[in-house]
Amino acid sequence: MDARNSRNGGAGFDERAIDEIVAGLADKPGALMPVLHAVNKRLGYIPPEAVPAIARALNLSRAEVHGVISFYHDFRTERPGRKVIRVCRAESCQAMGAVALAAHIQARLGIDFGQTSGNGDFTLEPVYCLGNCACSPAIVVGGDLYGRVNPQRFDEILSRVTSSRSSR
Amino acid sequence: MTAVVYVPRDSSAVSLGADAVAEAIRREAAARKLDVKIVRNGSRGMFSHEPMVEVATSGGRMAYGPVAAGDAASLFGSNFLDGREHHLRLGVAEEIPWLKSQTRLTFARAGVTDPVSLDDFIAHGGYRGLKHAIEFGAERTVAEVTKSGLRGRGGAGFPTGIKWKTAADASATPKYVVCNADEGDSGTFSDRMIMEGDPFVLLEGMTIAALAVGATQGYIYLRSEYPHARRALTEAIATAYSTGYLGANILGTGRSFELEIRLGAGAYICGEETAMLESIEGRRGMVRFKPPIPALEGLFGKPTLINNVVSFATVPIIIERGAEFFRSLGAGNSRGTIPFQLAGNAKRPGLIETSMGVTLREIVHDYGGGTASGRPVRAVQVGGPLGAYFTEAMLDVALDFESIAARGGILGHGGIVVFDDTVDMARMARYAMEFCALESCGKCTPCRIGSIRGAEVIDDIVNRRRPRENLEVLRDLCDTMKFGSLCALGGLTPLPVLSALKYFPEDFGLTPRDVEFIGADLTISTSGAASTHAVAQR
Repeated sequence: MDARNSRNGGAGFDERAIDEIVAGLADKPGALMPVLHAVNKRLGYIPPEAVPAIARALNLSRAEVHGVISFYHDFRTERPGRKVIRVCRAESCQAMGAVALAAHIQARLGIDFGQTSGNGDFTLEPVYCLGNCACSPAIVVGGDLYGRVNPQRFDEILSRVTSSRSSR
Repeated sequence: MTAVVYVPRDSSAVSLGADAVAEAIRREAAARKLDVKIVRNGSRGMFSHEPMVEVATSGGRMAYGPVAAGDAASLFGSNFLDGREHHLRLGVAEEIPWLKSQTRLTFARAGVTDPVSLDDFIAHGGYRGLKHAIEFGAERTVAEVTKSGLRGRGGAGFPTGIKWKTAADASATPKYVVCNADEGDSGTFSDRMIMEGDPFVLLEGMTIAALAVGATQGYIYLRSEYPHARRALTEAIATAYSTGYLGANILGTGRSFELEIRLGAGAYICGEETAMLESIEGRRGMVRFKPPIPALEGLFGKPTLINNVVSFATVPIIIERGAEFFRSLGAGNSRGTIPFQLAGNAKRPGLIETSMGVTLREIVHDYGGGTASGRPVRAVQVGGPLGAYFTEAMLDVALDFESIAARGGILGHGGIVVFDDTVDMARMARYAMEFCALESCGKCTPCRIGSIRGAEVIDDIVNRRRPRENLEVLRDLCDTMKFGSLCALGGLTPLPVLSALKYFPEDFGLTPRDVEFIGADLTISTSGAASTHAVAQR
């Protein structure tokens, strides 16, 4: 789902969505991780304003919820771009040119890791191993895994992704 | 007659275009009005030839690869459905030397069957282990696992049977079985391949474990980076529930076992078993003190049996074929087979399941064919980001727990990453420290702060800023991290650093004499201070 469309005007986040998610999962032992995953998936990130509601529903302190969100790389606290591009920076990919690939991607998108492009199209994130090490270097674009990526193949993927969106 | 064509659904094959290949074959078959059934199998792990398409013929499964979507028309044109010649034809899959020379036990079905078909699983020997285990009863099952000599395949190599016995003897209830599927080591993908390519075998192994130790609830702690594995496991679990292999009264035993997937969230440290338990409980993945050991006080404070994916997936064949059979393979105290994963700059990377004790050279050169770039092999990291680097001259080391340990390394989860001669080992050493800093849970100061300081000190050495003093600082730091950290992250990060220093000092602007304080087993000798003096004199 397009993360941006889920936004309720300028209100920041969809409070009802949070309540729904929490209600469906609160009875699980150790419910916080599944709840945070569900929110992160539904909205694309976990709005800081959602923390009190999650804490209340799970009988946790806000500090506990914030602590868990800040611990895990997956949980974003800012809305990401329409497509998240994750580039593996671990050893196996480094052995196959991931450092140069990452530099190319940064230059191509004009953003650093952890940033979203000005037009809101792309967020660039590092990832440490995608389990695609026999086909290094690996990246994920909008949830799709690609192997043996070099700068040229990245440009092809990018233009395919860009054109499929504009034709929609 | 319906022709059966296999196109892997394995995520690595998909990352190389397998979905498009399957679609192209479907279209081409439709256009030619041919009756073709496409089975999305797992991968056999020969990634140099993925996407590898197979066709069932009277003479066996004929393999073609690497196939691109654009090859579909010419494959049909060459009558590949009859196994005919084509420039991509590789021969009968099982007869390809790269595969035939392996000993596939844990991975016997991976790439062969339809991963989410229970019928296919059972037709290929699935759930025989569980049936044996039910006949055996708990005590004999645990005894078989112990006798087999199986050691944890997650990285630590702890004897699996001892864990099972401890959890079985614990009196508190409920008990849990947790599968550690947080396969975060770079260069490893065997857990992923089992979960995507033969998920039922993991369910079978966990169910055998649950019956053996008396657990009623299981969790698979799966890393979020594996969405394909999640889909395959979710489907397999639903099928197992609907057919009586999971849930209440398993196969009429009166015993119940519930199984649920829990997702990690991109924290490497959660592969450490106690951090994983914290994460399942809904907290930051902070490492716990041991004791108590998880087998006695684990998840929610209850007895918890934790094993890695490959460990659980290896149990069914041990129970089915007997501990003696498994024991008969391997070397020393490293029994059975292990799936090595060859990655990085390798010409023929992939999944190589073979008896323990094979040499690193056989994996890197015989299977791997050297580097993908065609340049000389310069360094090989064994055992993931916390494993030591080896030189080309050291490749004759045998890959078993003891032989690797004697060289100061670890076997870890069986990942092997090859680097060619363009690698900068000072940069790799720095990266090891950076990665530790990034992924440290923060509980221990040596790990949390030592790793950041380590990266700074390596920069100083490389940039010739007081190299003598800084080499001494690095030496002390590594010592402190090794002995002052609770878990393997801080404790083993010195391995890649010290091995890079010892075997590749020139990349740091140092000489072999400068790093004499590092022993052949990568320990730091106490008399090393004098040798660092040499750096200052230059």
